[in-house]
Amino acid sequence: MSVNILLSILVTSVATYISRFLGVLSSVRIKESSKIFRWFNCLAYATLAALIARTIVFPVGALLEASYLSRILVILLSLGIFFITKKNFVYPTVFSAISMTIINNYF
Amino acid sequence: MINKEFFFKGYKSILKPDSPAIALGCCFIAIGALLKNIGFNIQESIFSTMLIYALPGSLVMAESILIGASLLSIFIAVWFVNARLYPMAVSLFPLMMDESQPKWKYYLSCHFIAVSAWLIMKSNYETIEKKNRVDFWIGIGSATWSVAVISTIIGFYLSDYLNKDMLMGLAILNPIYFICMMVGAMKTIQVTLSVILGAILGPIFYFFSPEWSILLGGLVAGSVAYLVGEKNVS
Repeated sequence: MSVNILLSILVTSVATYISRFLGVLSSVRIKESSKIFRWFNCLAYATLAALIARTIVFPVGALLEASYLSRILVILLSLGIFFITKKNFVYPTVFSAISMTIINNYF
Repeated sequence: MINKEFFFKGYKSILKPDSPAIALGCCFIAIGALLKNIGFNIQESIFSTMLIYALPGSLVMAESILIGASLLSIFIAVWFVNARLYPMAVSLFPLMMDESQPKWKYYLSCHFIAVSAWLIMKSNYETIEKKNRVDFWIGIGSATWSVAVISTIIGFYLSDYLNKDMLMGLAILNPIYFICMMVGAMKTIQVTLSVILGAILGPIFYFFSPEWSILLGGLVAGSVAYLVGEKNVS
């Protein structure tokens, strides 16, 4: 393994583990019925939503080359399938990959 | 040690009809292909997924290596991007804390905190007795972790056969899966508001600070949702 890549992996894994580990240390004093637990629950969902929205609006990597219209169209169609299939997670997910591959060629 | 019954119950949760395994697997296939394209060998790719096991962190690392960033800047960028794992841990581990369980289980299994495992645990923990939840969690985490590693290997070797459109299809899959899971979790006013406000504020804050947008968006949206929810209940 090249030293630079190996060091980058190690640095990335330490930077990732820190947040997980500090979260566990903080959890020792927090009860699930407490207000602070409910607040952190809101923070977790909101941060996830912010992350996903940013991934779609300002993507990095392969999605960067897909147009806004195609990204929004795929999301709306996939959500439609999610509700039609009584909130099944697999159908809209598989559909999104196939439709993105096809739709991007037209929009 | 680990209670096998609950470990395997958790492990098998990825075999359910609405399992995240397909979405998670496809995302890591994309990561495997990306890592090969930026010059990782197979050992480095496997090692990377095993140790990092967080998609945004891997993406930031890959981009940073491409532009020749320093180790310090990689550390800071990944720490910011993955700081969302802190509130995720704090909103999950109190549900599993039990005095009969040794501490090492919590310290080691926190490595499994990632969106898919977190969402599975959040929607299933009530069916498991509190003292057994950490073993159940280790089962879920081991399963999603195995899927991630195997998919990275598949992606690495498939990369020569995937064209740009296919990689795009794989890249949209992860956000769609998480959107569906979050919409499915919108059962209380607090969670519903958190998801909607977070989705609006995340991109808006990006205009002011790309590095801090996720954390700031999450902090403001989550706090507003919490306050509105508490006021509504009282």
